[in-house]
Amino acid sequence: MLNNINLKRMRIAVTGGTSGLGSALVRNLAASRARVAFVARRAQLVELVSRETNACGIVGDVGIKEDIHAMALEIGWNLGGLDVLVNNASSLGPTPLKLLADTECEELHEALVVNVLGPFRLTKALFGALAASARDGRGGMINISSDAAVSAYPGWGAYGAAKAALSHMTAIWAEEARDEGVRFLSLDPGDMDTPLHALAVPDADPATLKRPEDAAQEIVASMLGALREYAPLELARRP
Amino acid sequence: MTAADRIDRPFAKLLVANHDGVISQLPRAALSSLFQPGDLVVANEAATLPASLQGVHRPTGEPIEARLAGWLSFRDPTRFVAVVFGAGDYRMTTEDRAPPAPLAAGDRLEFGPLIASVEGLLNHPRLVHISFAGHPASVMSGLVRHGRPIQYAHIPEPLRLWDVWTKIAADPIAFEAPSAGFALDWRTLKGWRERGVGFATLSHAAGLSSTGDAALDRRLPFDEFYRISEACASAIEGAKSRSGRVIAIGTSVVRALESAGTDGTVRAGEGRASGRIARGARLRVVGAILTGVHQPGESHYELLRAFADDKVLDRVRAAVEERGYRAHEFGDSLLIERQAA
Repeated sequence: MLNNINLKRMRIAVTGGTSGLGSALVRNLAASRARVAFVARRAQLVELVSRETNACGIVGDVGIKEDIHAMALEIGWNLGGLDVLVNNASSLGPTPLKLLADTECEELHEALVVNVLGPFRLTKALFGALAASARDGRGGMINISSDAAVSAYPGWGAYGAAKAALSHMTAIWAEEARDEGVRFLSLDPGDMDTPLHALAVPDADPATLKRPEDAAQEIVASMLGALREYAPLELARRP
Repeated sequence: MTAADRIDRPFAKLLVANHDGVISQLPRAALSSLFQPGDLVVANEAATLPASLQGVHRPTGEPIEARLAGWLSFRDPTRFVAVVFGAGDYRMTTEDRAPPAPLAAGDRLEFGPLIASVEGLLNHPRLVHISFAGHPASVMSGLVRHGRPIQYAHIPEPLRLWDVWTKIAADPIAFEAPSAGFALDWRTLKGWRERGVGFATLSHAAGLSSTGDAALDRRLPFDEFYRISEACASAIEGAKSRSGRVIAIGTSVVRALESAGTDGTVRAGEGRASGRIARGARLRVVGAILTGVHQPGESHYELLRAFADDKVLDRVRAAVEERGYRAHEFGDSLLIERQAA
């Protein structure tokens, strides 16, 4: 039974699905015949990625409270439930990066809304669906973190503080949701050759950076590992 | 904060009528301490659609509100049963709402970005089949953006989706909130789990609770689709084999389980619950119901008559009135155990 958990037909939603790691994840999962929905802000890009991958594209902004339940509803209806949510959308805060003492309160606020409050709201709106999936033996949640959540890089204050908050929230949620059967993972994909990284470090040599396709493959492997780890528990518990 | 989580919620009340008809009262927060190891609580995981649409009846140019009330084909958002009102919104009680302009098959209706047409009337000037033009995914996207949750006049501020989703909401198929589920939170589920009380969910497309029109209200509830998962069906089998009780959170769960379990065994799969459950109905699956406070004549109240006789229900009503229980969908709760035969 253990190896029966695979991507085919698995219902997965990815936020920030039109750029960088998110786009690579959508392409990877869709190619493995998972049922994929993704969310992004720009209708034209959503349309484009949706056409290229056959994944369900949803226009919405994780940073806007009013968008959250609308996207949760569309995800649930289009996929007929949800097995895994990947909170990937994120905001660097001010770009070019600023020292904290130069960062406006509004800029920090924006980073916290997109990187912490948005994922919290969307996870909460979809927690019922994830718990329902867990009662059927699946159910997982991945928050994309960063080494900036752990190391104190000068200039990365808004982003690093927000990612640290997200990581710690993920850890607490993992403890609280374990008995519901919902797995929570915080994964750091490393420094990738993405538009977000280019905004932060414009003169980085792309050759020294990880390809987002490779990072996506590692994340999918971690996700399957976590779900498989859960499977035997569930099977043993059934009467 | 959601409407169900308002400041007074920690003080919500729970009235229990047990299988002998004995009445007791508890704070609803004590729900997690009720039930026995081996019992199974079954709740409705339906999430609520924004099923109220403001628009225009194109042939006359008159404003209308359509309240989606049922799926014609389960999960197909291009065709619905709908109740149509004339000008106005939820701030006016449904009883006072004007009828819509006379509707006829083929009439074009416009709801923001959505274009619909009347397929036909259902023996009542307000009750229609309507169909939306377009691909199902784009129709759903339009509904989500243009629709508002169905709302009644007792709450003045407009409800948002987060107000009408229960904490366990998962499957977006309900037209009104399966409101008994507002009594549940994850702390309560944890309490049950720690005490060996099981928990399972089904999804049932709860429809309108009231239309304000006496003739239509007599036809409620309309047929409602449901889906019961393998996990839920086997949890019910497990509880029955241990002589545990099945406790339904809300009337929609009773309808789904009794419809799927006419011979006492609940089968997994999709189905459609039709007709009323009322006095004299033999309950084969459910042993107790958690529900809101309802009035005699409402279909929800009639369903309680399958659990307890009028003597008990009259005492319940007297106690509820005496202690000021709140009757609306975000109000207090009743737990009615099936009376011993």
